[in-house]
Amino acid sequence: MGTDLFYFLIYPGFLFAAVIGAFLSWFDRKITAGVQFRKGPPLLQPFYDFFKLLLVKETILPARGAKGLFLAAPVIAVFGATMAGVFILLPLMNITTGFQGDVIVIFYLLTIPSLSYVMGALASGNPLAAVGGSREMKLIMSYELTFLLVLAGVIIKSEQSINLHQIILIQQSGTPFIGSLSGVLLFIVAIFCLQAKLALVPFDMPEAETEISDGIFIEYSGTPYAMIKLSKYMLLFILPAFIVAILMRGFSLEGINILWAVLKLVAVVLLLTLIRNTNPRVKIKQAIRFFFIWMNLLAVIAIVLAIFGL
Amino acid sequence: MGFKSYCFKKSLWLFHFGGASCNNCDIEILDCLTPKYDVERFGMVLVGSIRHADVLLVNGSINKKDKPRLLEIYEQAPKPVIVVAIGACGCTGGIFAEGYTFAGPVDKIIPVDAYIPGCPPKPEAILAGIVKLLGKN
Repeated sequence: MGTDLFYFLIYPGFLFAAVIGAFLSWFDRKITAGVQFRKGPPLLQPFYDFFKLLLVKETILPARGAKGLFLAAPVIAVFGATMAGVFILLPLMNITTGFQGDVIVIFYLLTIPSLSYVMGALASGNPLAAVGGSREMKLIMSYELTFLLVLAGVIIKSEQSINLHQIILIQQSGTPFIGSLSGVLLFIVAIFCLQAKLALVPFDMPEAETEISDGIFIEYSGTPYAMIKLSKYMLLFILPAFIVAILMRGFSLEGINILWAVLKLVAVVLLLTLIRNTNPRVKIKQAIRFFFIWMNLLAVIAIVLAIFGL
Repeated sequence: MGFKSYCFKKSLWLFHFGGASCNNCDIEILDCLTPKYDVERFGMVLVGSIRHADVLLVNGSINKKDKPRLLEIYEQAPKPVIVVAIGACGCTGGIFAEGYTFAGPVDKIIPVDAYIPGCPPKPEAILAGIVKLLGKN
């Protein structure tokens, strides 16, 4: 019980994921600034933002709207991100071996933050939030199937193993999955799924800042918004960590290998940031078409290649 | 200086309210976000929703149509919020002060924490005004 709570709250759960995620968020903003020839924010900027929202700012509740659900949604988002983080990071950090079928559980837990954003947005009673919520819902429906196909490809490549620890072990004894043709295709598809899951720029229409004024988060202020920022920081760490686990051989934390682990994680985040900085926002229709036709096609090709052992 | 006020000063999020402006001040405000001046160095970003704002930048002359909107925006902002009046029109009314639609300079409508005069103020002047404001509290 005690160790479980420690896993959940401190390492590798809530606190660890939040701190690493905050630093990755700084990295994302710094690279963005570099791409635009700016200097960028200081290292502790995500922490200043978070504590300002948590401690200083007033919380305003919408006059017309479901106040309980509005306040519960950010907490559910943080909870979902933490649970997913624990199940991903325990096998990844080689602490415990997880359980049979945890890849499927992680897949469902990773949906909880996005779904709770939709719930909070629709509970706020704001028309712009409702527009954002409906877009986020359509986005979830389009990328979930693709993400499931990526997982299916990974499971086929790892000899029908649905245990994350087993998947990592198979890669560590042989080549990482990204070293094959089907692995490369799966990696491309997975990166675009992550971009949509994190609502980064080509797929940021739920919170389009210039168009519908932050959309799903428009009514949030103060402590609930701090919770949303927290869940965003955690997702920015655990989703790239998941990709590293299922396609890039995971982490091994001995001696110089820690450097490799950090480099793999930073490389995935760098890729996401560069895609975000070099693309315009697409319409929701284009995003659905992109995922349903092109990304699903690519994933199916990858699965067929994986069955033939390429 | 307490931890709370330190965090607040390090992460000011800006919301831009343009009154009946000639758009010169708006352009100068946007200049502050460009590579040459880059206020993100100080943790300032432009946000889309008033609910996330810490600083309300008001420029342009406030006419009778703008006044209720400005009041509404100010009341919707989560406190504490800093109000900065930018440009001659925001500070005093400028050349529009005698006009029949003019509804008073910004500080007659909502409490103002800092004035940045100029027509338009240079980005350097806006940065200097914000630095002075941060030194004050």
